[in-house]
Amino acid sequence: MRRESGAAPAALEEPAPVPAPAPLRTVTTASGLVADGVSAWFSGRLVIESVSLEMEASKVTALIGPSGCGKSTFLRILNRMHEVTPGAELAGRVLLDGEDIYGPEMRPTETRRRIAMVFQKPNPFPAMTVEDNVLSGLKFSGKRPRGKEKDDLVEEMLTRAGLFSEVKARLKTLGGELSGGQQQRLCIARALAVRPSVLLMDEPCSALDPSSTRRIEETMREIAEEVTVVVVTHNMQQAQRVSDYCALFLAGENAPGRIVEKGSTKDIFENPKDERTSDYVHGRFG
Amino acid sequence: MSSTVVPAATETPRLGEGGPTPRALRRRSVRHFTATDALVLAGSLGASASLVWVVFYQLTFLAGAAGYVVCTLAVFLAIYYVANRHLFGRMAAADRVVAALATMAAAGVVTALALVVAWLVAHGYHLVSVTFLTRDQKGVLNTQPASAGGISHAIVGSLEEVGLATLIGAPAGVVTAVFLSEVGGRITGLVRTVVTAMSGLPPIVAGLFIYVVLITELHYGFRGFAGSLALAIMILPNVTRTTEEVLSVVHESLREASMALGAPAWRTVWSVVIPTARTGIVTALLLGIARVVGEAAPLIVTIFGSPAMNANPFSGPQEALPLFVFDYRSSSVAADIERAFSAGLVLVALVAVLFLLARIFSAMKPGTVGRLLRPSRHRRQEALS
Ligand SMILES: Nc1ncnc2c1ncn2[C@@H]1O[C@H](COP(=O)(O)OP(=O)(O)OP(=O)(O)O)[C@@H](O)[C@H]1O
Ligand SMILES: [Mg+2]
Repeated sequence: MRRESGAAPAALEEPAPVPAPAPLRTVTTASGLVADGVSAWFSGRLVIESVSLEMEASKVTALIGPSGCGKSTFLRILNRMHEVTPGAELAGRVLLDGEDIYGPEMRPTETRRRIAMVFQKPNPFPAMTVEDNVLSGLKFSGKRPRGKEKDDLVEEMLTRAGLFSEVKARLKTLGGELSGGQQQRLCIARALAVRPSVLLMDEPCSALDPSSTRRIEETMREIAEEVTVVVVTHNMQQAQRVSDYCALFLAGENAPGRIVEKGSTKDIFENPKDERTSDYVHGRFG
Repeated sequence: MSSTVVPAATETPRLGEGGPTPRALRRRSVRHFTATDALVLAGSLGASASLVWVVFYQLTFLAGAAGYVVCTLAVFLAIYYVANRHLFGRMAAADRVVAALATMAAAGVVTALALVVAWLVAHGYHLVSVTFLTRDQKGVLNTQPASAGGISHAIVGSLEEVGLATLIGAPAGVVTAVFLSEVGGRITGLVRTVVTAMSGLPPIVAGLFIYVVLITELHYGFRGFAGSLALAIMILPNVTRTTEEVLSVVHESLREASMALGAPAWRTVWSVVIPTARTGIVTALLLGIARVVGEAAPLIVTIFGSPAMNANPFSGPQEALPLFVFDYRSSSVAADIERAFSAGLVLVALVAVLFLLARIFSAMKPGTVGRLLRPSRHRRQEALS
């Protein structure tokens, strides 16, 4: 089931050229994430079955597949957000640096701090200012940067999310007053501010214009150095541009979602082993 | 803005940039109430008024202004429908008749309230003065004219009783709402049922409960605080129900966002849910308070009432505005009844102020209240930015 790590990187094609990233303070180190035989139920209905996937540290893994096949569900299992939904159950293990995040000694809050998430729909805190939104994750864990340290952090995170130039004069306005695309980038800045070792992104660009999309894609490449990125996308070009590895999810008529094929992005797009993969990535169904 | 220079002559004024003259951007009205519409409305009203007048007063010798108005409005709807149907078709006619009905219902409610207030003002305004608001009724005999004495003792009593009731009932109500909406568990259903039952509790029963427990069993004696407890029992379920409603409107995705950032549940409630719903919660509190300011029943058996100023709610009988109105209205002396009307007017004004505050808070953007409460910090932030 598990792919050999090291096979793909050699053949890996460099993604679209990225402007030299500003030197970033490396505080975290990326962690590898492994899903091992993960299944999920909603109110007794099996929606994903025995999904195993290794998300290598410091790489970008893209999850692709048609609507409703369980990508978001899988992503939420990776940072213990699945259990928040009433009636949701799961099976299997998720290993973060070899440790099962569902183990009895693991606290969900700690896990979620290390595995940050950007949701499909933008959800900034409407009662907080733009700045407070960025700092919210730190505040929740009891840290309150002050003065210049705070300003620098806010600027760095907003710049990475490609939002700083647009909002630098509006840091004190409420998060809910930004446009939908700006809100999504604010959510990305907010997730990055806690300096997670894994970042899960659920269709982060579905509400964004091409230039913001490009900025987010650049950010994904930049932060991959220190953060493992898992991104769900419906955009095949985007998957090709940003990801090192790809996994295709499919669900049958009444069957739960499974991974049909996984491998290096290059293989999935240029040399798929499964016919369904080649159909999907060439837009012949789904 | 850009460095490319465009010859000014070839540049057409762009939308949203002001254009050559500001007047070029005239806002269009998108609601069309044409002269025809006005004519149809006026014609229907005139026709129905005249028709009913003829039938009512000339043919059948019915009488009474109220009957006339009701019949006119009914006939108006029929004529209005027929006229509109003739001119604009069935759909438009139905639409307008429903709109007219809704307008009439709204107007009816407003009229009813306006009449009550106007009646109260007409009977009570002449007594309201600085002396009336600053003196009490100590030593005032009911043979003296209404201008003798005042209601300061009742105002002070009401403010203290309601203030203390709020201090007890409001936090308990909000915390209960947080439990129902954010914590939950197996006993949620039971708690919600109890709260609902409590909100249906007759005010006099709340008063009697305190009376039996505190005054007859524990010999606590009549005092303002006993009234506060009875009022707190009434504030709690109202605040809980409204606050729970307000909290349930906070979008689930915000709670998820907070949890996904590693916030524990209490943090999510404290830093995300409550701030987001803050203006709504403040409104819920004000409405809950406004609801009990005018209650007399729970006070009759708990504060007892007193003609003299008693500023200490923890000792001895106290007065309250609604109790004052109740007592003096039942008097057989004309001067007392006059006093009751004026006190009623002051009470209504007090409630109106609370409702006004509620409206202002509910119209505010989220976060504004917090900034108002911490003006110094806000100003410092302004200065920095
Ligand atoms: N809260 C929920 N309650 C019940 N069923 C759910 C819930 N969330 C998702 N499902 C079901 O689980 C399945 C997988 O949903 P999921 O949201 O993971 O799909 P997805 O791959 O992310 O789709 P999309 O690309 O449209 O976002 C769907 O059949 C959906 O109906
Ligand atoms: Mg999804």
